[in-house]
Amino acid sequence: MANWQWFHRLGSPKWLHGTINRWLPWVLVSALVLLSIGVVWGLAFTPPDYKQGNSFRIIYIHVPTAVVALAGYYAMAIAGAVSIIWRMKVADMALRAIAPVGAAITLLGLFTGAVWGKPTWGAYWVWEDARLTSMLVLFFLYLGIMALHDAFQNRQGGSRAAAIIALVGTVNIPIIYKSVDWWSSLHQSASIKFTEESTIAAEMMYPLMVTIPGVYLLFAAAVMLQMRVQIAHSERHSRWLEKYAINRA
Amino acid sequence: MPDFTVSDSTIPDPTVLSRNTKLSDQYRPVFSIFYALLVRDFHVYFRHRGAWLNPLTFIFMVILLFTLGIGPNATTLTANAAGIIWVVALLGIMLSLDALFRADYDDGSLEQLLLSPEPLYLPVMAKVLAHWVVTGLPIVVASPLFSLMLGISGKAIPALALGLLLGSGVLSFLGAIAASLTVSLRSGGLLIALLILPMYVPVIIFGSQFVQSAIEGWPLTATLSMLVALLIGSAVLAPLAIIGGLRMSIDG
Repeated sequence: MANWQWFHRLGSPKWLHGTINRWLPWVLVSALVLLSIGVVWGLAFTPPDYKQGNSFRIIYIHVPTAVVALAGYYAMAIAGAVSIIWRMKVADMALRAIAPVGAAITLLGLFTGAVWGKPTWGAYWVWEDARLTSMLVLFFLYLGIMALHDAFQNRQGGSRAAAIIALVGTVNIPIIYKSVDWWSSLHQSASIKFTEESTIAAEMMYPLMVTIPGVYLLFAAAVMLQMRVQIAHSERHSRWLEKYAINRA
Repeated sequence: MPDFTVSDSTIPDPTVLSRNTKLSDQYRPVFSIFYALLVRDFHVYFRHRGAWLNPLTFIFMVILLFTLGIGPNATTLTANAAGIIWVVALLGIMLSLDALFRADYDDGSLEQLLLSPEPLYLPVMAKVLAHWVVTGLPIVVASPLFSLMLGISGKAIPALALGLLLGSGVLSFLGAIAASLTVSLRSGGLLIALLILPMYVPVIIFGSQFVQSAIEGWPLTATLSMLVALLIGSAVLAPLAIIGGLRMSIDG
């Protein structure tokens, strides 16, 4: 029989607070180590691209942020589903914690994409590439959830509303992605050539295999920091948090 | 004083389901709520001329503004007409959505509806349907006029109307989700836009593509089936989210 104790423990803010405190240094340090290795490797020890020269090196930041931006939305939607099904307070906090971090990383993905676009396509923003447009829509989905959180005076109502809209977004995201893909393929002009990630050379690929988990861990660390703020806010009247704060002081 | 008590004959007692009771009798209350709500909402909407007139007026004015912004050149206008009409129709429906549940929320009838022991799926359908008939359908009916204003060729006019007929239903169902989530807030308008505009992306893509295909004489089945699929998907799934949103708005 499966042991569900870990799941029930997750429901306790006190246990989660302690666990985050124990894990956070490790997650943060390993994220920074992986990112430094990957970035130094990618910037200094990979050969330049035969067509793009050195400008392609931004993929070591751009691709991981784009991957994590989408994964973050799904993590948020799972938190929303848990909150709706089991009414777990901690899931609401996770939803609140992930939204701003996800929005920030999506913005970073958009920014690095635009910076990469200038030398490659000759323009910061190109509507012909479906991925840029989809990322922008994803950014707006994150902003909508943050706006919904802020609009409710009553935190519980805001959390439930955000959970519902996060789930609606989960159903919609594949449809949005596919439709934008379809739209851009219909309007594509032949003058622009896209670089395909799938045709990347192996030696350019290896640093990416280091920075992707690095950005995942960085994302996790940022969410943990946000979670700690959320727990402190919702448990501000509880005895254990007061004791913790006195011990820290 | 009218008699509000429900006579025993309208609601069958499930415990005395005898052999001569038909199974369909059990479902009768659900459908009677559906029809009652539909008729009631039509009465309410038709007594307020603004309900259907204001979105239409808004759409005409925005088309006028677009034309002033782009310039009177007929070829530029026609090239952009499909996109303009779709964006404007989308805005008109979206702006009218804040009113979908608000009056019912303010006077308490929404709470009564949620207290009903019957499933909420069909009542929610009735509310969205009634709202669509008043806001979406007039846009579909008036769309030939928009086409003439912007110079869309005659053979594409039925395609635009058909696309709007299917697409405006999707817009109403998806928008009702945002309306149900924001009905307890004082000002829902801009928040509804923030929540729902990203979800409208597929509708605008396939809707305007459908018109464009009709103008260019390309095959229509692909985009048409996508629009039908979006309508079926949103009609089936959106009420679940709307019910969740309404419960959240009432319970807090």
